[in-house]
Amino acid sequence: MKHDLSLLLGILIALLAATLLWVLHATLSLDPGPRLADFALARLDESGVSNPVTAVLLNYRAYDTWLELAVLLAALLGIWSLGPAPTGYQPSGPALAAMVDWIVPLAILTGGYMLWVGGHAPGGAFQAGALLGAAGVIMRLAGEPSAGLPGETAQRWLVVLGAGVFALVGGVLLVAGDGFLHYPPGQAKWLILLMESAATIAIGVTLAAAYVGGRPRRDASRR
Amino acid sequence: MLLFLFDVVLLTTLVALAFAAVLSPEPRRAVIMFIAFGLWLSLVWARLRAPDIALAEAAIGAGLGGALMLAAARRAARRSEASAADGEGSA
Repeated sequence: MKHDLSLLLGILIALLAATLLWVLHATLSLDPGPRLADFALARLDESGVSNPVTAVLLNYRAYDTWLELAVLLAALLGIWSLGPAPTGYQPSGPALAAMVDWIVPLAILTGGYMLWVGGHAPGGAFQAGALLGAAGVIMRLAGEPSAGLPGETAQRWLVVLGAGVFALVGGVLLVAGDGFLHYPPGQAKWLILLMESAATIAIGVTLAAAYVGGRPRRDASRR
Repeated sequence: MLLFLFDVVLLTTLVALAFAAVLSPEPRRAVIMFIAFGLWLSLVWARLRAPDIALAEAAIGAGLGGALMLAAARRAARRSEASAADGEGSA
């Protein structure tokens, strides 16, 4: 029975792979047609940033990024619903502890740089958030059970910060401006910086909390 | 010519790492192969002149995704060990 099931799965996956190859072939043999890259580059000056990737992620297609943040939030809610966090690792020895003392501040500093540099060169909220999350992972591996995260209440606020700020800015612009996440000219840069900063913190906290692997313990929040 | 050879090596290694990750029977080994695959894939993105995706792939796909999956594999191994011990105890 189990053998039959794995055979069926193999056939289905092979069919899926064949379909994907066919789609790839069909796409490659198509005439490229007018591409969106030219439109995106043409209005880069108005987007508030000079890195085209950030312009797409935070301006032209900001709602995509908003929904990505919502996906991260939903993933963390799923992890938290599995139960309380397991206990952490044993405290680190002196060599690892000394290295962690250096690596964690450096990771946070590099995260801040990544966030700022995203405006004009490769970088941005997701990479910066990943660095913050990595700092949390290293702290947990070195024996800090909470991965450097604050108590439960603060953690809940920080986790919804990213999607929340996007919704708030979008809502205000929807009521007062031209439409949802449609920035008024001249203010795009500061709005993007605000939203990216919030997203960076939320991504970092979410990834570190996901690595902790469960709902934060009650007693940790009382300390 | 040299660049073409480099691309061939890059792609064959990538496919070999993908197969190694999918076919390895032990979860821990599969995750380690997956991390290597992610880091290698970020090289491919860099070669395609997509530094943004290369950064994201290395940091999130290989780094944090790998850390999460290693933790999950560790927990799954512990659970299957515990259930195996239970099975022996009851038999």
